[in-house]
Amino acid sequence: MLIKNKTGFFQRFYLVEILKGLAITKKHFLKNLFGKTVTIQYPEERRQYSDRFRGMHYIKATNGVENCTACMLCPTVCPAECIHIVAGERPDKEKYPVKFEIDVLRCCFCGMCEEACPKDAIKLSTIYEMSVAQRTVYTKDYLLEQRGNK
Amino acid sequence: MSSMTLLDWAILVGKCVITTLIMLQIAPIMAWVERRGSALMQNRLGPNRIGPFGLLQSLCDGVKFIFKEDPVPGHVNAFYYVLAPLVSLVPAFMTFAVIPWAAPLELGDRTITFQVANLNVGLLYIFAIASLGVYGIIMAGWASNNKYSLLGSLRSSCQMISYELSMGLSVVGILMVFSSVNLTDIALAQGQTLLQLGPVAIPKWGFFVQPLGFLIFCTAAFAETNRLPFDLPEGESEIVAGYHLEYGSMKFAVFMMAEYVNMFTASGLMATLYFGGFQLLPGMSQLHEAIGGGAGIMAALQAASFFAKVAFFMWFFVWVRWTLPRFRYDQLMDLGWKVMLPLSLLNIFLTGALMYAKVI
Repeated sequence: MLIKNKTGFFQRFYLVEILKGLAITKKHFLKNLFGKTVTIQYPEERRQYSDRFRGMHYIKATNGVENCTACMLCPTVCPAECIHIVAGERPDKEKYPVKFEIDVLRCCFCGMCEEACPKDAIKLSTIYEMSVAQRTVYTKDYLLEQRGNK
Repeated sequence: MSSMTLLDWAILVGKCVITTLIMLQIAPIMAWVERRGSALMQNRLGPNRIGPFGLLQSLCDGVKFIFKEDPVPGHVNAFYYVLAPLVSLVPAFMTFAVIPWAAPLELGDRTITFQVANLNVGLLYIFAIASLGVYGIIMAGWASNNKYSLLGSLRSSCQMISYELSMGLSVVGILMVFSSVNLTDIALAQGQTLLQLGPVAIPKWGFFVQPLGFLIFCTAAFAETNRLPFDLPEGESEIVAGYHLEYGSMKFAVFMMAEYVNMFTASGLMATLYFGGFQLLPGMSQLHEAIGGGAGIMAALQAASFFAKVAFFMWFFVWVRWTLPRFRYDQLMDLGWKVMLPLSLLNIFLTGALMYAKVI
């Protein structure tokens, strides 16, 4: 399709338009040279996320014992079906998860497990640096490290 | 030349070494300026990790270039393939030899000129040598045995020929006004006062007597050095990388270096022909009087003015590169033949008429 832009008399000489363009780049150059650029210099500076940010999982513990009672609500609600729990019984007849695994590769970080949990056990922390060198399944021991403040 | 003493030889060798060292430093410094300058113009930061302000980034780039594998592809003509980068680099180095950084200095019975060779055909020498640079590019494109490289070098030769014409004609105006092709003479002649406006004296710099000529020369210089908006020989989006597509490692770096050295010479030429060359910047003569310095300090101030002017034009090259998009090929040819050529002819006639009327 041929689009004809209307050019004025002076625009046809390029020169005025080139000067206008140079003025724009100069403006940006000086602004960034003496002011602050929008760049966040990552390892030194970090973006502040809200407390509601949904990052790496952890299981909350009270007095060193996990809050989880293996009620199976979170694997039921999980849309990605990434939580695998094997329930067991403690000597005091209380239910607890023998195995609690989260396949993070499948997790979509929707936070529905957190909402479903009646015991405030599973939580999503604000940690977002989760890249690792191999495919990982978070085990119970790993999840029991208290990472967040929720 | 037969009466040259050992001291004369030492001075000559010293000038050669200093000039070469300056030229060698241009590529890494300009690479840094270009990357950080472009970044700031685009609201980024650019390389700032290595050394203060990222200054050592260029050093790391150099080390990387040296230690990279240096293959000669099987389908190329190896001899010309290896020769081409050198052919484009050597003329780039040679051209700067005649550009003066300071006025000739009288020391005792000896006159020291601040350039490698004070040729009386300085400007013609530059044009003669600068046009050799295109052979390197053509050789690179042809020897690479690759259609994109060949297209790039064809474009380059076409562009060089078209713009060399208007470049040469635009300088004719300067030659008429200053009636010399010796660059030292031209720079010295620009020390005269053109107009006295109260306390402000407008010097007889080439820009003030030849504004149109400067415009044409500047545009043609961009085309001659293959810089944006006229970098069609490279044209990444159209012909991959043009003439240096098959090159890697230090051979590619040599092409890049040739580009920056060409920029340096073009900037030096623009400063010498149109902005007074080594004539002092406004305020510097007052500074010289205030210090009460002698001829040596004068030469230093002149060199400082010259390199300040050159630095401005180098920055201008970078500035324009990150402002304007690349021209389409037919637009480039249109501009060269239908606009620049008639304008440069008009400039010659205008200059002649003004000189006849004794205005300049």
